[in-house]
Amino acid sequence: MSDTLLAPDVATYALRLGDDALVLAQRLGEWVANAPQLEEDVALANIALDLLGQARSLLTYAGASEGQGRTEDDLAFLRDERAFVNVTMVEIANGDFGVTMARQLCFSTYQLGLYDVLRASSDETLAGVAGKAVKEVAYHRDHATQWVLRLGDGTDESHNRMQAGLERVWPHVDELFEADDLERRLSATGVGVDTSTLRAPWDAYVDGVLARAGLTRPDASWLAAGGRRGLHTEAFGHLLAEMQHLHRSHPGASW
Amino acid sequence: MTPTPEQDFDALVESDQRVEPRDWMPEGYRKTLVRQIAQHAHSEIIGMQPEGNWIGRAPSLRRKAILLAKVQDEAGHGLYLYSAAETLGVDRSELLDLLHAGKQRYSSIFNYPTLTWADMGAIGWLVDGAAIVNQVPICRCSYGPYARAMVRICKEESFHQRQGFEILHTLSHGTPAQHEMAQDAVNRWWWPSLMMFGPPDDQSPNSAQSMAWRIKRFSNDELRQKFVDMTVPQSQVLGLTPPDPDLHLDEETGHWRFGEIDWSEFFAVLKGDGPCNQDRIEHRRRAHDEGAWVRDAASAYAEKHRARSEGVA
Ligand SMILES: [Fe+2]
Ligand SMILES: [Fe+2]
Repeated sequence: MSDTLLAPDVATYALRLGDDALVLAQRLGEWVANAPQLEEDVALANIALDLLGQARSLLTYAGASEGQGRTEDDLAFLRDERAFVNVTMVEIANGDFGVTMARQLCFSTYQLGLYDVLRASSDETLAGVAGKAVKEVAYHRDHATQWVLRLGDGTDESHNRMQAGLERVWPHVDELFEADDLERRLSATGVGVDTSTLRAPWDAYVDGVLARAGLTRPDASWLAAGGRRGLHTEAFGHLLAEMQHLHRSHPGASW
Repeated sequence: MTPTPEQDFDALVESDQRVEPRDWMPEGYRKTLVRQIAQHAHSEIIGMQPEGNWIGRAPSLRRKAILLAKVQDEAGHGLYLYSAAETLGVDRSELLDLLHAGKQRYSSIFNYPTLTWADMGAIGWLVDGAAIVNQVPICRCSYGPYARAMVRICKEESFHQRQGFEILHTLSHGTPAQHEMAQDAVNRWWWPSLMMFGPPDDQSPNSAQSMAWRIKRFSNDELRQKFVDMTVPQSQVLGLTPPDPDLHLDEETGHWRFGEIDWSEFFAVLKGDGPCNQDRIEHRRRAHDEGAWVRDAASAYAEKHRARSEGVA
């Protein structure tokens, strides 16, 4: 397969990973000045900044691969809900600190597994982004792990809230590992990662944390799906409305 | 004859050396420092609110990243300063309780609302700019931990001021709507920034003692003049006009002379009657109360693990 044939696939793939990072950065930014203690304002801002940096590289690369001259900002601010291809887990509302830490544990474990494989991508740009991000995400996972342990094994209230946080996030877990044709094509050519291969190590890590924290692995009664095809939750439109309104109010302006 | 602790302290301060936490110090000195450092720490964390208000709406990803980094710095400044206060025998949670109860202050500048994106520029340029003028002399404050915290903080403040200037410069030279937004922000933030240096010298009762203790090095009016002299030429580069018809260059002294400050506004906001006083404190209390279960869990967890590891040992 020639590179020209691959380019649209790579553009979509970079967009998926970029949207994941961007949307989660947007959510985590909401915690700033609202965290339970000052150290967490710093930590969550730091994680949001890492994700935003990843998003910027990935969206820029998606625009370049697409070849229509779209910049990172065009992609972030001028697409509507149905054109975003992030997984739904990253868009769910922050909830309390328990929900946020459940989401951080689940997503960062997934993202770490993904980037770890992507480091060896035959696509140099993707390999470069993943190589840098893997260190950042290892910290994100560690941060979430420490909190899940503290909350799970802290007080009765924190235990209950942490368990409830897991229940809230769990329906969005399977979607992380749903590989489609595009992913399988890219994985076959050594460019992308077949996420279905990440499931077993994800289970092993997360189950280990839950066991140490005295938490129970939830049984999701329904399963979210479709983020990669632009099918999102109701909360997502509101997130985009906030994120995009100023940029869209001044068409063509520079900032 | 061996000098008394008080004589030692006076000599230390007079020779411009640093007082350290274990040194003897007059009770008034300690109290003044606790009050000032706490107020300073509170300002850093309350200041996160007006800027946090725009993280979600920043108009480009680059601006979003810079703003996030800036607000994160302010949280870090809060941490350094609470630690500096803790060397004087108070702890952070006590100081936060006093803030939440309205018994300790924070800078009144944060009781003004951030209404447009240009306010991010005006805050960086004017508010961080004024903070730098205020804080650089504190890097030589007689109390060691405060002086050292301030050295770290001042390094970051200059980045804050620059990013604010850059926001305004881009807006001022952008579309007509952007230019108007920038000028409007400067109109709203100019006078409150001049008030950041505190009341005029003849109405500032505690200043003389603070100067003698070398906590303070310049008077409020001196610092205010320094700020105006630094800022007016920058406003010309920005293409934005400070909202003061009396502003003019005094050829003889080289100082920019400014018009009358409305001190009744300053004292009203200080008393609690600014546009955002209530919101800021309610926001802080809510975040603090909603986070109580998390902090409790962290201490319970630490306690259990201490007990367990001692049990094993
Ligand atoms: Fe600061
Ligand atoms: Fe600052």
